[in-house]
Amino acid sequence: MREAISPAAAAALVRDGSTVMVGGFMGVGSPHRVIAALVERGARDLTIIGNDAARPGHGIGALIDAGCVSRCITSHIGLNPSLQKKMIAGEVQVDLVPQGTLAERIRAGGAGLGGVLTPTGVGTVVQDGKQLVKVDGRDFLLELPLRADVALLRCYEADYYGNLTYRLTARNFNPIMAMAATTVIAEPDEIVPIGLIPPDHVCTPGIIVTHLVERPH
Amino acid sequence: MDPKEIIARRVALELRNNTLVNLGIGLPTLVSRYVPAGMLVAFQSENGIIGFGACPPEGMEDPNLTDAGGGFISALPGAYAFDSATSFALIRGGHLDMTVLGGLQVDAKGLLANWLVPGRMVAGMGGAMDLVAGAKRVIVAMQHAARGEAKIVPELTLPPTAARPVSLVVTDLAVIEPTEAGLVLRERAPDVQVADIVAATAAPLIIPDTVPEMRL
Repeated sequence: MREAISPAAAAALVRDGSTVMVGGFMGVGSPHRVIAALVERGARDLTIIGNDAARPGHGIGALIDAGCVSRCITSHIGLNPSLQKKMIAGEVQVDLVPQGTLAERIRAGGAGLGGVLTPTGVGTVVQDGKQLVKVDGRDFLLELPLRADVALLRCYEADYYGNLTYRLTARNFNPIMAMAATTVIAEPDEIVPIGLIPPDHVCTPGIIVTHLVERPH
Repeated sequence: MDPKEIIARRVALELRNNTLVNLGIGLPTLVSRYVPAGMLVAFQSENGIIGFGACPPEGMEDPNLTDAGGGFISALPGAYAFDSATSFALIRGGHLDMTVLGGLQVDAKGLLANWLVPGRMVAGMGGAMDLVAGAKRVIVAMQHAARGEAKIVPELTLPPTAARPVSLVVTDLAVIEPTEAGLVLRERAPDVQVADIVAATAAPLIIPDTVPEMRL
């Protein structure tokens, strides 16, 4: 059984200087209540792994605005001009990773794989410093796994075992991040009694979810 | 006709029945307005859905149902939602029949640059590198020139999106097909002459005896 904790208690589990995966795509499917609590507690020096930097003041963008982030591993920052400015000023390090490669590196991290071979990025700047591997005459890049200290997830329903379901495009990176971190904190829209989510509908098994955030008031 | 409408209508003629298609953010999304009647095309949005439709009426939007640009969409009957690893497995794994992407430059070899202008635009590649590396057909939908400057150039001056050439380039002036021999001028836009296209293109063009007008 998981006891539901407050967003502030969840934010206290994220230590300064740690590496944090944050679910969401342009803020859709991001754990906004835990993010607000991290801003509130003044978290510092976080390395954020997430699909994009969302917009200023929104999702991962809110963490960046509040000065919580020193490094960002992400595929797209095009809609967050304030991160672009911080990057150019040297305040935040940004590692740009192709979106599919980011997903597979996280998946590899959670699946115990030593990396993945992808054709994406061959012959581009993404190839710099990486091992090229030929398979059946075709070139692939060796991309290394990503893991994090904490994964901050957003889900639709949770039960008190921590079983999670997701809704539509709010699923995105959440289920793969659930597998790739030591501490896994899920922020649900709704918590339902154990047994109410049919086993076939559980997308993330509760046994890997370490903390559940209380439902919104 | 508005230049963007010319491009979107012409790209739509490349759609085929019962195919999976990914449209990039911006101009390419307009293509979905011109799907030929009776044709079934499944559109993928890389944030995790196949089978999405237009933005619902105001007040009926779902905050958990958006496209890759964060705009509200609807789910058509038969739609399928999935995570990001599955989304890109569909893209890289030979399941995506066609992608339509915007472009900053295309060169004589058919290479595309669309994700970075050093020192000026640091957007990041998002899904573009996976889409160009993985889709069966890659169609670039872009204005022929930007602020009087040619976008179809002898050699890219911007960082490439992939080492693989694109399949077709559709602009407000022309349809151009990259081939082993070079860029072939396939069609011209209504009321546009071959000489206009040559003048607006910095890369050499192979010009067949007849260059028909787009049938929009």
